[in-house]
Amino acid sequence: MIILTDIRKTFNIGELNEFTAIDGVVLTIEAGKLTVLKGPSGSGKTTLLGIIGCMLRPTSGRIELCIKAPWASDEEGSTSFESTSLPERFLAEIRRNTFGFIFQQFNLIRGITALENVMLPAYPAGEGHTVLRGKALALLDRFNILSKALTKVEYLSGGEAQRVTIARALMNNPAVIIADEPTAHLDTMLSHELMGIISELKEQGKTVVIASHDPIVYGCPAVDRVVTIRDGKVETV
Amino acid sequence: MKRWINKQKNIIDFTISSLLRRKGKNTALFFVYTVIVFLLSSVMFYTHALKKEAKIILQSTPDIVVQRTMAGRHDLIPVRYAEEIRKIRGVNAATPRLWGYYYDPQSRANFTLMVSESHPLPSGDIIIGSGISRTLKVFQGDMMTFRTFKGDLLTLQVADILSSKSELVSSDLILLSEEDFRYLTGMAKEQATDVVVRVRNPKEFKTVAVKIVNLLPDTRPILKDEILRTYDSIFDWRSGMVVLVIFISVLAFIIFSWDKASGLSADERMEIGILKAIGWETSDVINMKFWEGTAISLTSFLSGVVLAYVHIFFTSAPLFVQVLKGWSILYPSFKLTPFINPYQIATLFFLTVVPYTVATIIPSWRAATVDPDSIMRS
Repeated sequence: MIILTDIRKTFNIGELNEFTAIDGVVLTIEAGKLTVLKGPSGSGKTTLLGIIGCMLRPTSGRIELCIKAPWASDEEGSTSFESTSLPERFLAEIRRNTFGFIFQQFNLIRGITALENVMLPAYPAGEGHTVLRGKALALLDRFNILSKALTKVEYLSGGEAQRVTIARALMNNPAVIIADEPTAHLDTMLSHELMGIISELKEQGKTVVIASHDPIVYGCPAVDRVVTIRDGKVETV
Repeated sequence: MKRWINKQKNIIDFTISSLLRRKGKNTALFFVYTVIVFLLSSVMFYTHALKKEAKIILQSTPDIVVQRTMAGRHDLIPVRYAEEIRKIRGVNAATPRLWGYYYDPQSRANFTLMVSESHPLPSGDIIIGSGISRTLKVFQGDMMTFRTFKGDLLTLQVADILSSKSELVSSDLILLSEEDFRYLTGMAKEQATDVVVRVRNPKEFKTVAVKIVNLLPDTRPILKDEILRTYDSIFDWRSGMVVLVIFISVLAFIIFSWDKASGLSADERMEIGILKAIGWETSDVINMKFWEGTAISLTSFLSGVVLAYVHIFFTSAPLFVQVLKGWSILYPSFKLTPFINPYQIATLFFLTVVPYTVATIIPSWRAATVDPDSIMRS
C-alpha cells in the first residue's frame, strides 16, 4: 500500500513562473491492485506518478510505503517506511528495488542492444554478469522478443520497444509497476496487447499505477480503480 | 566485496558500450588528447635529455682551462707553460691538451680531433664517435683518409668505435695519437691547444687563476663556473623555446578540458536521467563517467608518451629541428640518449589524466544530482 498525505509540488518557487502542479493530494494506492490516474494534459498526473515513484521530491506532504524497505534486514519486522525525507542514495535504492518504470517515450538507451537495456537497472546491484544476462533473456523470452535481444533499440518497432521497456521494468522484480502514458505511442492493437501484459502482472501480485487519459487503459476490465486528477487535485476516486 | 567487484565489472561493461556507440566523438577526443600529450611529453623528454647530456659533459669539465690569447683571440699555448703552472701552490696537475676541428667536405661536417690522455693510441690508429661511423659508414678495421695542413693525404685505421653514454660528447669525436695529430694539423711540438689545470681545493680556483695571469700575462684562465654559465645560457635559450611550446600545449589542453567540462550534450543528460530513473545512484553515474574518462585519458596518455619517445629518441625530434639547428652544424647526426624519469611521467600524468578525468566527472555530477524526473522533462 502507498499512502499519500497532503502532497504538494510547486515548481520554480519564488520566481515569476512559480506554479503548483500538485495541490494537497490525499490518496491511498492499494497493494496488488491496478490504479489508473486519469486526467487531461497538464493536470499533474505525471508529476504525481514521479512523486509516488521517488523520482521527484514533493514540496510538502508525506508518502508512506507499506512494504519492506530494500535496506532492511530479514530480522527487522518493519514493513513500512516514509520516503519523502530519505536521502537520494536511499531513493535510488527504492527506485531500483521497489518500482519498475514504463515510460511514455520508452526512454531506452540508444546505441546499445535490447538485452543490455534490460540488464541496466540491475547493474548497480552487483550481481554477476552471467546471472543478469540469464534473467534478462528470460524476460525478453517471456514477452516474445528474444529474437531481438541483440538488436540495437533504435531498430525496434514501437511495440517491440514497449515490450523491452516492460522487460526492463521487471528486471529487479519490483513490487510496484509505474507506467506513464504507456499507450501514447502505440496503435489500438498494441495498446490492447500492452494492457493484457499489465493485467497479467497484476494477477501475479504486482501493484500497478498508470497515468493515462486513454480509454483503452482506464476502460480495461483489470483496472480496479480510476482516480481523476484535475488542476493538481484529486477530483473523483 | 564480490558484489562490489561485480558492480564495477557491470559498470565498466556499460562504459565500454557507451564508448563504442559514440565512436566518432571519442575518436576525435582520443586524437586531440594524444596530440596534446605527445607535444607535452616530447618537450619534457627533450629538455630532460638535453639537461642530462649537459650534466655528462660537465662531469668531465676541468677545474680551470688555460688558453693563450694573441690580440684578444685564442692562440696556441707553449707546452712549457704547463710546467710553469704546475709550480703554483695548490695546483694538482697541469696538462697540455691537443684538440681541434677537422672539416670533412664529404659529409660537410666538422669533426672534433683530440689526443686523449685516457686512450693512448699508437700512431696510425684512431677511435671514432658513433655519429661519424653512422654518417660515413665506417666501421672497426676500415681506413679513413684525411687531408693534412700541407695538402697531402693521411690514412688512418679505425681501431674502435666510441660507445659513450652521451652522443653529444662522442658523436663527432676522433681520438688519435699525438704524432698523427701534429702531422695532420701542423701544430709544432712545443705547442698545445690549451692547458687543463686541476686544483686541490675548489675554494682556491679564483686565487690560482689570478696567480696564473700574474705569472703568464698572455693567458686567459677559464674557470669551471664560467663554463657552467656558458652551457646554462645555451640550454636556457633552448629551454626558452621549449617553454613556449609547453605553454601553447598547456593552453590547448585547458581549452580542451574546459570545453569538456562546460557541459554535456542533451543526449548525455537524457541518458543520465534514464539511468537515475531506473535506479542508478549518483555515485554509480559518476563511477561510470570516471571509467569513461579514465579509458580515454589513459589510452591517449600512453599513445602520446610512446609517440613522443619515438619522436625524440628514435627520429631525432624532427618537430624541434629549428631548436636543434645549433647542434647539427657541429654534429653530423644528433641523437639524444633515451632516458625516462618516473617522476617526469608522473608529472605528465597529473598534468593531463587527472584534470581531464575531473573535467569529465564534474558536469556528470552536476547532471546526476538533479531529480531524475527533472532531467527527463528537460
